[in-house]
Parts: sequence; structure tokens; C-alpha cells
Amino acid sequence: MTYIAKPKFHHPGLKKNELGYTHRDYEGKISTLCAGCGHDSITASIIEACYELSIEPHRVAKISGIGCSSKTPDYFLGNSHGFNSVHGRMPSVLTGANLANRDLIYLGVSGDGDSASIGFGQFAHSIRRAVNMTYIVENNGVYGLTKGQFSATADRGSKSKKGVTNTDNAIDLVAIALQLGATFVARSFSGDKTQLVPLIAAAIRHKGASFIDVISPCIAFNNHAGSTKSFDYVREHNDAVNRLDVLVGRDPIAVDYAPGTVQMVEQHDGSKIALRKIDADYDPHDRLGAQTFLQKHAAKGQIVTGLLYVDPDAEDLHEHLNTVETPLNTLEADTLCPGSAVLDKFNASLR
Amino acid sequence: MKPTDIAAPDYFHKVVDCQWACPAHTPVPEYIRLIAQGRYSDAYMINWKSNVFPGILGRTCDRPCEPACRRGRVEETPVAICRLKRVAADFKDDITQRLPRPSAKNGKRVAFVGGGPASLTVARDLAPLGYHCTVFDGDPEAGGMMRSQIPKFRLPNSVIDEETGYILNLGVDFKGGHRIESMKALLAEKYDAIFVGSGAPRGRELDIPGRKEAAANVHIGIDWLSSVSFGHTDKIGKRVIVLGGGNTAMDCCRTARRLGGEEVKVVVRSGFEEMKASPWEKEDALHEDIPILNFLVPVAFVHDNGKLTGITFQKVKAEYDAKGRRNLVPSGEPDQTIECDDVLVAVGQENAFPWIEQDCGIEFDKWHMPKVDPKTFVSTNPKVFFGGDAAFGPKNIIWAVAQGHDAALSIHKLLSGEDITERPLPEVHISSQKMGIHEWSYDNDISNDKRFKVPHRDKVIALKDIRTEVELGYDVKLALGEAERCLNCDVQTVFSTSLCIECDACVDICPMDCITFTGNGEETDLRQRLKAPSPHPDQDLYVSSDLKTGRVMVKDEDVCLHCGLCAERCPTGAWDMQKYFIEMTHAGSACPTKSRSAA
Repeated sequence: MTYIAKPKFHHPGLKKNELGYTHRDYEGKISTLCAGCGHDSITASIIEACYELSIEPHRVAKISGIGCSSKTPDYFLGNSHGFNSVHGRMPSVLTGANLANRDLIYLGVSGDGDSASIGFGQFAHSIRRAVNMTYIVENNGVYGLTKGQFSATADRGSKSKKGVTNTDNAIDLVAIALQLGATFVARSFSGDKTQLVPLIAAAIRHKGASFIDVISPCIAFNNHAGSTKSFDYVREHNDAVNRLDVLVGRDPIAVDYAPGTVQMVEQHDGSKIALRKIDADYDPHDRLGAQTFLQKHAAKGQIVTGLLYVDPDAEDLHEHLNTVETPLNTLEADTLCPGSAVLDKFNASLR
Repeated sequence: MKPTDIAAPDYFHKVVDCQWACPAHTPVPEYIRLIAQGRYSDAYMINWKSNVFPGILGRTCDRPCEPACRRGRVEETPVAICRLKRVAADFKDDITQRLPRPSAKNGKRVAFVGGGPASLTVARDLAPLGYHCTVFDGDPEAGGMMRSQIPKFRLPNSVIDEETGYILNLGVDFKGGHRIESMKALLAEKYDAIFVGSGAPRGRELDIPGRKEAAANVHIGIDWLSSVSFGHTDKIGKRVIVLGGGNTAMDCCRTARRLGGEEVKVVVRSGFEEMKASPWEKEDALHEDIPILNFLVPVAFVHDNGKLTGITFQKVKAEYDAKGRRNLVPSGEPDQTIECDDVLVAVGQENAFPWIEQDCGIEFDKWHMPKVDPKTFVSTNPKVFFGGDAAFGPKNIIWAVAQGHDAALSIHKLLSGEDITERPLPEVHISSQKMGIHEWSYDNDISNDKRFKVPHRDKVIALKDIRTEVELGYDVKLALGEAERCLNCDVQTVFSTSLCIECDACVDICPMDCITFTGNGEETDLRQRLKAPSPHPDQDLYVSSDLKTGRVMVKDEDVCLHCGLCAERCPTGAWDMQKYFIEMTHAGSACPTKSRSAA
């Protein structure tokens, strides 16, 4: 870790967003992770995405569990709400917060241990309930804090730093999320910010459960030959199906695309995603096709990245529960508890 | 772009903006770090070696380093480099033991015309090598214009005595009060080499109506200052007008304030911003209640039967032509007459060589300047060298010093039977500053402090005595704060392509967005694709060779804080912080020493 605070000075020519903030204004404390950790690049991507979307930091709640990945909310959006919860319990804390105040932007940050092992059930239920959130898994395939044991997302046949081969099957969180009904599913790589930043931005603008699996090499314990989550391996096997640009409000579509190569996706809030196809046959609106595509490519040892599935008309938990528009935490006591007369009337209606 | 060749001595030298801008290339960050460590004598000696007059320059330098300082591009104001130099001089211990010893004479004799900074620098470099140096000066004491023209309230005699003394004590023979009147006669004395450092001693005249009639109260600025310095003049009229907008004008007006001038005004042809005087000297003048009036061109001295009563000025305004050049044109307003008792004319200085005869092998150009080689400083007479203001017209002390070093090298080579046009390369040292996992030999925590003001003596006291120094200099606490503002630009970010795994850690941490990984291209194209804008194309891009992904690392040196965070966050040590130290070639140190073989 670094002992000094990051200097306050910034480049005098930095651009400001609509709120008058530079991307430096979206930073948090200086990272205490190992030098070169992929998680720090994801942190930088979240900062960039929030800056580009001109998000007011105090409108964001960042919630995490335990692990290297779950430390990272301390390193971005220093002026947001945050909750560092119990191991694997980020999804339920996030769900509760979301139910209490539907007006905030929810950013769940977790790791492969936090989401695929101890919190696997929590992960599953928050996705199937369609909580309106951006769920980011910083996936490095090892338990870094306990010195490099295989995690549940480590591929079968991959080697540990000490040379041990993994004999367990891997959990593919993207496949599970698709199966559980997530309405925005993507995979990316910490070493590819041009892909990752717009994915995070699009996920934040998506209404419903957005899930992004970000492969993030662990420099200390999982960046060696034989690892399938190292910089070199991911770069060699990265099979991106598309790239995207997020077009919000003041940015009308000014990007010049070759005809037939772009698919426009309009999200619930009116923002648009311009998907530049790399794989011409890939259809991000086909959940079943996506699952097949993923498994076929996984069998070939390829890592499929990009926006894999999106349902722009998705609903979220609040719609399912038919809650009021006003956040519950701002309702006054007499609204929340209208008195025994109303209760009697209600009970009577059920008799 | 081609990969940057960091082995070329100039590449990293340019990154140390202050040192690159300094004519003598003083290792500024190195001495500032020594000041921060309380090692004032060491800081002084680094300066002494490079610029010869740290105490004098620490009070009077024109500071080409400060506008260049990187800190000025990061926040509003540069580091107070000049006044930190004074700190080294003020707080040092006795350094006489560290000075070179007068060595056994080698039998070669060098004569010096003028005892100012250029000559003294040459003598400083040559005397320790055994040359017999004889310095002639018309004034009784050494120092030249430093002694005669700079007012004592800016530069006390004690400082001049001390620093000229260090040189004269090297066994230099100083002949004060001995003005050289004939080059021919000097040549006839068969010196092995002659160095002319006689300055630009003639103040420019202002030939407008009334000049002759009012002559008794119209003084040429530099002559008047010199006369004040040597105690020949000790008073002036109550209402004084100083004509001119340079530093001499500022010295004149402030001196006039101390000799009885109650209403002293500076009147300048140009606008305030375009004045040649350094901003801080203008500030000091304004602080002493001296108004500066701009866009006024003197057209006549007004006199009453030979007694000066004022000056008439034409009002002008600035107009810019298509090429952006400024012209001063009459504004059409009526002329203005300002009343005064005395006028000080400080509208420029000129060279004058009436003592150099036509037939002594020294050719002059059409501007009556000697033809001097700008690298070797030799004239058309191979034994006669020029330096300082005498060579290329009026400039600052630091230029005279820089030229003196080069001329000394030439003289040494000439008298060693070598080719003076072969200039040995400077010696460069570069070494890692890593002390531990995240520890560096230098303080990489960036100070957010604004520039500290140098305390001044109370105005009422300062204006009473012309010999009372106005600036008090930084105390230790202020000096430490100011030293901490230095960004250590000599501690370089060195990149090893082969070690980089392209993890982006350096890009993410860099507070100034200096680093970009992208496809290679032409420089103008690359500058468009950097992570942050690149407004200063004179600041180099540091480009790596191709990385594994086919991209290159591009670092814009422009606003790098040298905080070392890129190196701290680099998992493979592809970035390292390495101190770059360049030793300019001086006489005697001319041949770069081959590194010694292992014992």
C-alpha cells in the first residue's frame, strides 16, 4: 500500500461534467490493495462511469461484503452513502436499503468469494427478485486475502501459484444470473476500460437487476502461467461480442457508425446504448441464445465479454410489490400507520 | 513516435524545467532538498560550483528558472527558487575549507578586462588550475556592475565582498582602479590569453529638445546609480521622474526615494505588462509609493532658463498589426506635462569599446559589437575572449556566469593545446531512489502550500537609510515550507517496457493524468489521444517501445508531480524513480571520468 495521500492537485485542463465535477471529484481514499490489483482498475472505471453520467455522489449507495473487492467502495465516490456489510450479505443489505429508499442508485460491489461461495444464495435471491441495482463482481478466481486458495469461480484445470491443479468445477456467475432472470448481464475485464466503463454506465442506467462479472487479475496470487484469470490469459482468450457507447441526454447520437454494425437499445429512462457488434450473429435480446453461446464458448476455453443480455423494458422489485412512488423512508408515521379504524376496515374486507 | 531515448543527456535535463532554463544549469531541486534537510553549506556549495555568486544571485537574479518552474503550471505560482538560494547563503557555516586551494602556477598568464561576474567566473575556474590571473578594473573594488549599479538596499556590500573574496583568495591578482585604456598595450604585455568582461557600461541617451539646456538636472541612470554606490551622490530633488521601464529604472526610483525624493514617478512608453522590469521589482517600487505611469512618450524637457521644470509627454496607445506586433501610436489626446526637479534616464544600456583599436585583430560587426563565437566566446583574435554583457549586450548576472564558464573552458583548452571547438559532454548520473517497498530517498508527499512571502523590513525604516537591506530573507521555518513546495523534478519517472504487464495501475493512480496506454502515432496525433489535454507541445512526450498488446506507454511530462505514485502502484517495478544529476562541463572537469573498474 501507499503511505501518502494522493495529491490534491489535478491536471489544470481536466474536463468538467454537467455538475461541474472533474473525474477526480469522484475518487475516494487511496487504495490499500496490492500494487497492480485489477480491482483498482474497476474502481477507476466506476469513477469514470459516474463522472460521465454526471451522477450526484450523494445519490449513490455503495454496498459491499467482505474481501479485497469489498474494500474497494472506500476508494471511489468518497461523498456517497456506503455500507460494508457481513461476508456474503451485501445483496440482502442492498435489498433492504432499496426497499426503504427507492430513489438512490444502488451499487453492489462483491467478489467471487463473497458472491459465489458464502453469499451464493444471497446473490441468487437478489437477482431473482429483480432488485434495481448494479451488481458488480470483481472476479479474480482466488481468495487473495487468505493467500491464494482457489475460489468457486476458478476454472477446472487451472493451476494455482504453487502449481496445484483445480479439480472442482467452476461457477459461472454470468450463466447463473441469466438463468435467474437478471435483465442486464455483462462480462468484462479490468484491463479493458474502453469496454468496461460504458458497461458500468449502461448498467447504472438500467432499471432492474444489472449484473456485471468483471475478471480482475490478482497480481499477488493469480497472474501466473496456468491461471485462467491472468492478464495474459484473459487477453489471449477474450472473445468480445460487442462494444458499446452510452448516450445520455445532452449527448445526441453524434457517433458515426458504419451501417449494419450498430444496434441501438433504448433503456427505460430514455438513455440509449449503441452496441457495436463484433460478432454479427450475436443477439443480446435472446436469453436462451446467450446461455448457449456462453457455454459453447466456455467449452472452447474462450471468455465471452460484452453486453450479453439486456431487456430494456424490465420491471423491478418495487413494481412487483406495487409500492408507492415515495420512498418508504420519507413517509410520515400517520401514512405508514393510518390507525386502528383503517386496520379494522382492512381486516373486514378479508373476512 | 520513436521510443524516447532517455540516455540522451538533454531528455531528462529538459524535464527539470528550472535547471534547463537556468543559463548556468544550476541543479535547483538538488539544492532545495539539501536546504530542506538543513544542509545549507552543501546547498551553498552546489550553487557556488554552478553559479559562483549564490548570495548575490539569491538577491538579484533575474530568475529565468521561476517562469519555467513546473509548479507554476500546476498551481498559480512557482517555487521561490531565487530566495531559497539566498537561504543557503544566509544559513551556511564557514565554507572556506571547501573552496579550492590556490595551486602551483603553471606559468600561463591570463589578463581580465573588468572585474565583474563574467571575469570573476573565468578567474574562479582558471585559478585553481594554476593559471596566473590578473584582473583589471577601473573601480577600486571587484564586482563590476554588481557593486556599482545594484543599490545597497538590495545587495549589501558585505555579500559582494564575501563572494568576490572567495575568488580573489584563490590567488587571483586584482588591480583595482586600473582601467584598461588600450587593447594594443594589453596585447603587448604578452599574456597567453585575454578575457574581456567589461560589461555594457554606457547608459543610452534621450536626445529630445531641452536635453542640453536642462542638463544639470538630467542624469543617466546607471551613471547616477554608480555615483550613489560610491558615495559621490547623496541627494536628489523632491520631485523626480524616472524614464524607462526596466530593472535599472526600478533601482533608480527606489534609490531616489531614499535620497530625498518625495514624489518619485516612473514614466514608461509601453503598457505596465510589457515593461521589461521583473514583476517583483515593479511590485517593490509600487510598495514604496512610486506610481508607474504608462503609455507616455517623452517629447521635451521643459526648462525655465536652463532650470528643469518638467517633461512633456505624448499620450500613446497600443495597436496590434496583422502579425500581432505591437505599435505605439498617438492616442490623439493632448500632451501632458509633469513637473519635476530631477530626471533619471534609464532607457537602456549600450556597449562601448573605445579602448579597442581597429588594428588588433578583433573584428566588429555593423552594430559595433565584437564578433564572438557564441559557443567558445573567442573573438577573431584567437587569444582574446569575450563574455557577459561585453559579448552579446546587456543581460543578467547569471548569463555572465554561464558564459564565463564556457569561456574558461575555451581558454583552458587553448592553453592546453587542444581544439577549443570540441566541447566535452556533461557528466550525467542517474540512480534509483528506492529505499524500501514504498519509501523513497526524497519526500514525495506533495505540499499544497501557496508560495511563501519573503518578509520585508518595515517601510518607514527601510526608506530612511539607503544601506538598509529591504528584504530580510526567509527564516528557517519559512524556508522549509517553501522548500517543500519543490516538486523534485530531477527525480525522474523511468519506464522499463519489458517489465510492464499493462495492468493500468499507474494510469489509475496518477493524480495528473499524465500516463496513457494507446496505439502509437505521430506526435500531433498522439497528443490528441492522451488522457488529459496537452496544452504545452514544448513539453516532451515520453514514449515507450511497443508493449505486448501492441500499444505504447505515453507520458506527457508537462505537469508530472514526480510524486512517484506510478512507481509505488506498479506491481513489477516497470516504473522507477531515478535521480538525474547533470554536471555541466567546466574547465578542468572537462574530461568525463570513465567509471572506475572494480577494485
